[in-house]
Amino acid sequence: MSLFVNVTLNGIANGMIFAALALALVLVFRATRIVNFAQGAMGMMTTFIASSLLGRGVGYWWAFLAVLVIGFVLGALVERVLIRPLQGKSELNPVIVTIGLLVVLEGIAGTIYGNSSRGFPAAYSQSGLTLGHTKIAFSHFDVFILVAVLVLMTATLVLFRATSLGLRMRASAFAGEISRLLGVRVGLLLTLGWALAGVAGSLSGLLVAPTSSFGPYYMDLVLVYAFTAAVIGGLESPVGALIGGLITGLSISYVGGYLGSGLQPLGALVLLMVALMARPEGIFARPPARRV
Amino acid sequence: MLEVQGLSVSYGAVEALKSVTFSARPGAITAILGANGAGKTTLLRTISGLVKPRAGAVRFAGEKLLGRAVEDIARRGVSHVPEGRGVISELTVEDNLRLATLWCMARRERQKAIEATFELFPRLRDFRRRHASTLSGGERQMLVLGRALISRPKLLLLDEPSLGLAPLVTAQLMALLRDHTQGTDLTVVLVEQNARSALSVSQDAVVLNLGEVVVSDEAAVIAADSGLRHHYLGF
Repeated sequence: MSLFVNVTLNGIANGMIFAALALALVLVFRATRIVNFAQGAMGMMTTFIASSLLGRGVGYWWAFLAVLVIGFVLGALVERVLIRPLQGKSELNPVIVTIGLLVVLEGIAGTIYGNSSRGFPAAYSQSGLTLGHTKIAFSHFDVFILVAVLVLMTATLVLFRATSLGLRMRASAFAGEISRLLGVRVGLLLTLGWALAGVAGSLSGLLVAPTSSFGPYYMDLVLVYAFTAAVIGGLESPVGALIGGLITGLSISYVGGYLGSGLQPLGALVLLMVALMARPEGIFARPPARRV
Repeated sequence: MLEVQGLSVSYGAVEALKSVTFSARPGAITAILGANGAGKTTLLRTISGLVKPRAGAVRFAGEKLLGRAVEDIARRGVSHVPEGRGVISELTVEDNLRLATLWCMARRERQKAIEATFELFPRLRDFRRRHASTLSGGERQMLVLGRALISRPKLLLLDEPSLGLAPLVTAQLMALLRDHTQGTDLTVVLVEQNARSALSVSQDAVVLNLGEVVVSDEAAVIAADSGLRHHYLGF
């Protein structure tokens, strides 16, 4: 029973991290219909910058904040410099560019920081909490992950549902040309979508680093899990990213806990296949429009 | 006053517009008529900035429009309702309307403008929280027309508003358009395949054929020319 509880708690913590990166994928996809394969690598790069700042004596929370801002700027720059010029051309071109960017960023990180794994500090203790007399596999840092991702998700939902900026962003994503005819500066809002995705990606990088082998490739597998989460959620829904993240986190945690950690990537693949066969459009996909 | 001078547009080797010149006056509806492929939709899309012309000039209220971004043209009071009922299906009816008010109204004014639009189209009020994707063709046309009018435009470009609508609904929309234009400084350019319906509400008309202006005159004069009607307008 305690194994089940611990595996479940571990799955929730991991699922929240996948949800953060899945949210980044969703923000980019709904804005520009592109799956950004470099999203994890961008988070990796900004986390290395955080590591450098910490090494120079900058306080943890200042480094944390700075990296979220850098993630915002990096997301905006990638959209403006690499993606925007490809607008209106083959849909495959930006996808190839994001794969290229993934390779370049990992190469740059390897050249500057080396390819071996290193440690990255956690904001809070990573030893399990004690409930009564029982120690559980859920630490203060896991609580922080839970809160941080929930704050990010809530902020995203409030932005999209309750502000005029969010309305403009949704309209730009759904119908760019019509939005422009209504005076909406669509180009600026698409850049903002990428920039916010950069923040979510940076956050996920910061949350994964203390619990994994922090190096140039540590986000690769996380990207696979986040992509699975985003697809399960419908690729366009922030709530779908959260639910998809939790489903993915719990599933691979159960696979790891009961069948062995080596089978976790395979578990994610099976989950992705089942999800695509059962509900290809995702759990939170929009209903089809009435035909008139 | 909308002034279009020598407007030419090409899609590759195909010339969609050939030196089109006409003007449209405030307080009047100017119908753009012609068969499929005459260049009517291209003409509207060029005025609103969606298509870049090869040559020519477009001025509205003395200001040059060509060369400006689509959203900047919209913010100068040009409201373009594209062909095919351009509702944003994923947004609610109310959000579709609100979107058009964001650049031109203070927060407090927006809700009043939305309620005023519901007065104009009471049917939409019942669906205000529903996604636009659930509306019928006629309801969608009401929504796009309401959305176009809510920002109080100075120039309204309407592309085939009657397409696929029942004759009764078309008549109601045309009557509403006429009521909204008469005695105001709103300039309306109406592209229509249904020439009979368009001429019945328009004061002026331009007939296009294969991208060229055949005639530009008062709507009544064109409606009375049986040869022209028969040859270019199909009635």
